[in-house]
Amino acid sequence: MKDYFRNIYQAIVTILIGMGVTFRHLFVHAVTIQYPHVKRELPARSRQKLFVNIDDCIGCFQCARACPVDCIMIETVKAGKDEDLGETSNGQKKRLHVVKFDIDMAKCCYCADCVFPCPTECIYMTPDYEFATYDRNSLLLHFAKYSPEQVKALHERQEKEALAKAQAAKIKAAAGTKKPESET
Amino acid sequence: MNKSNLPPSRFELEVPNKLKTEEMTLSMGPQHPSTHGVLQIILKTDGEIIDSADPRIGYLHRCFEKHAENVTWHQVIPYTDRLDYIASMNNNLGYVIGLERMMKLEVNERAEHLRVIVAELNRIASHLIALGTYGLDIGAFTPFLYTFRDRERILDLFEEICGARLLYNYIWVGGVAYDALPGWRDKVLQFCDYFLPKIKEYNDLLTFNKIFIDRTANVGVIPAELAINYGMSGPGLRGSGVPYDLRKIDPYSIYDRFEFDICTGRGEMGTVGDCWDRYWVRVAEMYESVKIIRQACEAMPDGDAKETVPRNIKVPAGEYYMHTESPRGELGYYIISDGGKTANRIKVRSPAYSNLSILSSIAPGVMIADLVAIIGSLDIVLGEIDR
Amino acid sequence: MEPIIKVFFNFIPALADLPNWLAVTLIGVVLAVGTFLYIAVFTLFGVWLERKISAHMQDRLGPMEVGGWHGWAQTIADTIKLLIKEDIVPEKSDRFLYKFAPYVVFTAVMAAFAVIPWSKKFIPANLNVGLLYIISISSLGVIGILMGGWASNNKWSLYGAMRSAAQMVSYEIPVSLSLISVILITGTLDMQEIVYRQSGTLFSWNIFHYFPFAFLAFIIYFIASLAEANRTPFDLPEAESELVAGFHTEYSGMRWAFFMLSEYANMFVVSAISAVVFFGGWQAPFGFLNFIPGPIWFLGKALILVFVQMWIRWTLPRLRVDQLMYTAWKVLTPFSFALVLFIAFWKVL
Repeated sequence: MKDYFRNIYQAIVTILIGMGVTFRHLFVHAVTIQYPHVKRELPARSRQKLFVNIDDCIGCFQCARACPVDCIMIETVKAGKDEDLGETSNGQKKRLHVVKFDIDMAKCCYCADCVFPCPTECIYMTPDYEFATYDRNSLLLHFAKYSPEQVKALHERQEKEALAKAQAAKIKAAAGTKKPESET
Repeated sequence: MNKSNLPPSRFELEVPNKLKTEEMTLSMGPQHPSTHGVLQIILKTDGEIIDSADPRIGYLHRCFEKHAENVTWHQVIPYTDRLDYIASMNNNLGYVIGLERMMKLEVNERAEHLRVIVAELNRIASHLIALGTYGLDIGAFTPFLYTFRDRERILDLFEEICGARLLYNYIWVGGVAYDALPGWRDKVLQFCDYFLPKIKEYNDLLTFNKIFIDRTANVGVIPAELAINYGMSGPGLRGSGVPYDLRKIDPYSIYDRFEFDICTGRGEMGTVGDCWDRYWVRVAEMYESVKIIRQACEAMPDGDAKETVPRNIKVPAGEYYMHTESPRGELGYYIISDGGKTANRIKVRSPAYSNLSILSSIAPGVMIADLVAIIGSLDIVLGEIDR
Repeated sequence: MEPIIKVFFNFIPALADLPNWLAVTLIGVVLAVGTFLYIAVFTLFGVWLERKISAHMQDRLGPMEVGGWHGWAQTIADTIKLLIKEDIVPEKSDRFLYKFAPYVVFTAVMAAFAVIPWSKKFIPANLNVGLLYIISISSLGVIGILMGGWASNNKWSLYGAMRSAAQMVSYEIPVSLSLISVILITGTLDMQEIVYRQSGTLFSWNIFHYFPFAFLAFIIYFIASLAEANRTPFDLPEAESELVAGFHTEYSGMRWAFFMLSEYANMFVVSAISAVVFFGGWQAPFGFLNFIPGPIWFLGKALILVFVQMWIRWTLPRLRVDQLMYTAWKVLTPFSFALVLFIAFWKVL
């Protein structure tokens, strides 16, 4: 019997305490913000959209190798002998045409593992988080600055060079195979 | 398992005149508001009372262990984030310490302190979710929003230090990914000051509410022996009165330097090992975590937290089992290396998996509403169970 | 219905020329449509209010966009969305009962509006057994809920319906008993008469009679009426975290909206009954406040009670089925019996 009344008493008291808490909160300022109208300033380290400063890229593939989900696709073409591609901002010489630097943000897992290995610090994550689109293809970011024609030309040149090199190697090899014979 | 070992069911059915009743098979989940994700439970019920509960898992399987064999040692860390996505820091920590011990790597002091701080902050964040969703399961909506409000502050701290709010990829082999910015430590201390009075608010609103106590006390009692037999760990096991906390028993990182207590269930509101005890252990652990955070913040030396991060991770061939105390219990990584670039095998012993397995043995005889309370008190994360 | 008919005749003298049955029917239809419109508007307002109250209690803001000021048009937009939504009927359901159930629930609630006195003159039907009528009509709703839950052919719905039946039937008793203690005080079942008996100041309201017994009767009535209206902590029939959505799991679109309408109408009805029976209905608390019209007092009192219902909902967890029954049979019923006895004795003395 005592328990019975104590239970009722406790129920009433604890319910009133709880109601007091919620009532106090009626007059507390909301902690939420009205998102599209008010935007939080994200900290500088915030990991959202990837960005590549392609002018600084030397095409070393470090980021593509570091990526756990393979969302970075790079294609490079070697620069010609007398071509000068300039330097990166931290003074490294660029030796490769980065003809393709695509990042598929749909695949990206925002781990920022690609950011750290970059020798020229040209790939980094920005606090820009508003890049939702209606089309998944538009999440594929293209950073390379080469036009399709330029890429085609570069590829053709590379193939030509490779062909020439291969022929030279063949000749060299042919010459090389003869040489040992003459030595023996 | 012997039937006599089972806890006595609370509702013994007495059917007058041996009236034949039929049991109903009920599929609870995978789309159900209180299965905490994509858990399916096949229930056999007799009216409101459950005859058997059979958890079906696997709806969130993402091949973690297979992934881990195919990516490099470092690339596994973002995948560990996604195991227990509520406590990513603790997941990172277990894997990374395992690798460090295999590599015999000394870690920078500052990095160690930062690790402890973020891991304990993450523990608070995880327990806050557990508390809030538990209130939601029991039917109280408001505590959920309050806990999320405070969790948000922790996430803000994380965002400031590593840029991410959920999947941090912060703790790296040999250190941490980013050093703390100046002022971050003060913000953490400020958060501790802010947070402690809020726990009282949750207690007023939920913990000591009579209805809440009635719903959770004496419900889903797990005796210590049963809990140990099922390999439970974490707040689930401590709720049953077993003082088993890896931070004390097998200290890793620098936990042996800090003063804190192991919280265990004492059956204050009912029986030892009931849902309320498991809930209360989480509340009490938040106090302990705040204690640890304060000590770690005080003791944190200056320096470069990335000093000891190696450029290449070369793990010598061998095996190692590293277990750490994640918010859900003993999180184990069994790492096998053949000296190569990738792991030969990484097996994860996930605490929530073992904790969930006890469900089918304590569910018979409780009501549907109690089953919801039991699942909530086990605080499962399906991402970790299915991996 | 006499006073209200007279009011109509005064406004539209042409009505008096019609045959009596036609005039009465016409007036009845007008009143019914008016009540329906009122329920619809109240629900729109109530849902909005509940969202705002819950939001502010939870440190949020709630809807803020639609309509401008604090999202006042949010519920209107939601209604339009519900109206144009596809009416999905599960294939294996009992189609007729499934479609019919929401209207049964709604009718039962709406019927209760017939005897609620809004002001001195405005009471749709001035029955001399008004209170009895309300007690009996409000238990009809459970039939609709059972129909809906069973016809959905969904196990969760069935659970919700069964729980609802058990709950409503049990809580009828404390509701009736606590109202009986008021009947003992006032000595009448006539709603309008009950209000007249409380005229005077604040302290002549029933709630302050035989203190604290009438006050306790109000508390018991309020708790039990929460269960009648399926509100937290007694929202077991639709226990979201247990039964998905309880008896209306399968409902969508306008049929679901009818369940919602009846829930909010029910909230208003139980609050209105409390206001009438315990808080002096449309009477002003003090004589000098009489210049404010009766309906405003009545609405104000009812809305405060509606607010308390919402306040409780956003504070408390939910009971379990057996605890629900325990509360009804072992706490509320004995207490209300005791109250009836105490008040009866006091009255005799």
